[in-house]
Amino acid sequence: MKSVYFDHANSTPVLPEAIAAMHPYLNRHFGNPSSLHRFGDPPRQAIEQARNQVSRLINAAPESIIFTSSATESNNLALKGLAFAHQNRGRHIIVSAIEHISILEQTRTLKRSGFDVTTLKVDQWGRVDPQKLRETIRPDTILVSVMHANYEIGTIQPVEQLAAICRERGVLFHSDGTAAVGRIPVDVTRLEVDAYTFSAQSVYGPKGAAVLYLKPGIRINPLIEGGFQEKGRRAGTENVAAIAGMGRAAEITGEHLSGWRENMNRLSRRLYQELPARVERIIFTGHPIDRLPGVVSMCIEFVEGEALLLSLDDAGIAAASGSACTARTLKASHVLLALGIDHAVAQSSLLLTLGKDNTDEDIDYFLDRLPSIVSRLRSISPLYARYLRGENPYACKTGQNHQHEEN
Amino acid sequence: MYSEKVMEHFRNPRNVGEIENADGVGEVGNPVCGDMMTFYIKVENGVITDVKFKTFGCGAAIAVSSMVSEMAKGKTIEEALKITNEQVAKELGGLPPNKMHCSNLGADALHAAIRDYLRRRQLKDTGCRCPYCDQPLTGEETVCQPCQTKINFCPHCGKPLPRNTTICPECGGKT
Repeated sequence: MKSVYFDHANSTPVLPEAIAAMHPYLNRHFGNPSSLHRFGDPPRQAIEQARNQVSRLINAAPESIIFTSSATESNNLALKGLAFAHQNRGRHIIVSAIEHISILEQTRTLKRSGFDVTTLKVDQWGRVDPQKLRETIRPDTILVSVMHANYEIGTIQPVEQLAAICRERGVLFHSDGTAAVGRIPVDVTRLEVDAYTFSAQSVYGPKGAAVLYLKPGIRINPLIEGGFQEKGRRAGTENVAAIAGMGRAAEITGEHLSGWRENMNRLSRRLYQELPARVERIIFTGHPIDRLPGVVSMCIEFVEGEALLLSLDDAGIAAASGSACTARTLKASHVLLALGIDHAVAQSSLLLTLGKDNTDEDIDYFLDRLPSIVSRLRSISPLYARYLRGENPYACKTGQNHQHEEN
Repeated sequence: MYSEKVMEHFRNPRNVGEIENADGVGEVGNPVCGDMMTFYIKVENGVITDVKFKTFGCGAAIAVSSMVSEMAKGKTIEEALKITNEQVAKELGGLPPNKMHCSNLGADALHAAIRDYLRRRQLKDTGCRCPYCDQPLTGEETVCQPCQTKINFCPHCGKPLPRNTTICPECGGKT
């Protein structure tokens, strides 16, 4: 059976060159990079080489790169590390409503530790309004975190403008670039952000390595203590192989990005143009222009997302959804709800994240299979039956139980 | 993630559809919750002779609806009311823990359809009907549920009154 992978937001295939770069550090160069003896040299050099490779990709100074284990860890280090290091200046933090949960979940912990957190609303396209940020910053604001781009809807934020506002007010600015790096060119020097997160998976590298860029001269409290690795900012023996793989992957991504980007843009354009003709009642989500290449986000009304994913999987197509039924928490995606999308419509979310290797044949195959899958599920759906009868499909009839609303 | 049995029912659900002039209709959940199920039953001599359903929901919800419809068919209404969520999940070879609430909806929807049938049967016996849509009434409601029209009853004989009448067509009393 044909296999089509449209779920690059969740995992990317690892570049063969990156795997080759990892091998020596799983074999003969097993030494600890912190060792004084000669076994420590090759792994230490590998990490420094990776630091150079990664810093070149985002136009940063090598010493500004802190290696971590995941984008989640980088986000934790950025938010908690900067908040605690600068709390003597104030205890107010601002984040956007559509941040990844690795930012949003921390705000609870920070609130318990005496910080005040404001969540910035986004518009219907998922954009943070710079003017609104300006109005939200208070004298005691120390840190703002707004992601560079969102994987669930593809919207790119005006990060340069947001960072400039923060700089003007003496507030630190962190941006989560996990979705942006590997899809659009990123230059942290031009963006003038203070901290920036991305992972090896953003650049077709292995799991287990990620980066927090931190502008030189900015203090940060480590999350993990007990060693001098990464200049004391991230203790613990380094995942040398994964870091070496990430470095090589970053290098290759830098070389090929413009071609990959063009391919992903062309393929997603095809989906936007051809899908509405094949399936009625599709609502595309996210910003229509300022969006990531290869991220196609939509709601296919009257069809529940999980059922859709299972059916697509039966056809060999891997995709994702923000539906409550697909989430372990059984909550609809906070990102879709933040755009003002109805709960019931968010249930029908379908997210396609294309990658560098996707082809026109993949798109053809998807466009060929989707209509029959949707029509089968719609033939089972009482919402579609209501729609066909000309009734409001989403009406909640009186006297019905709402006990699952909190789920 | 799901058992083979769940996937089989999801891929080939039994008894999908609606029954025109069903003897009972039960709708549970709502689109906001994520899952919505509508069950239709046909009852003859106390036995469920036909079941159909429509479901908006995840794979588990669709499989559960299909399984419940199979289990209910041919059972007496008393037996069908005894179908439990646990039985449905067991018949499906188990469900992931966070999907158990889907199986609850399945039995709930069937039971709602049976209760609707029982209510209608009771109504038929009163012989009281809505003057606008001719559906049976209990004589106690202020709004007819099927057509959502406000109902006024004759203060003398208790029969429902048509709109804007001053004289009851049943007993001739002044309203």
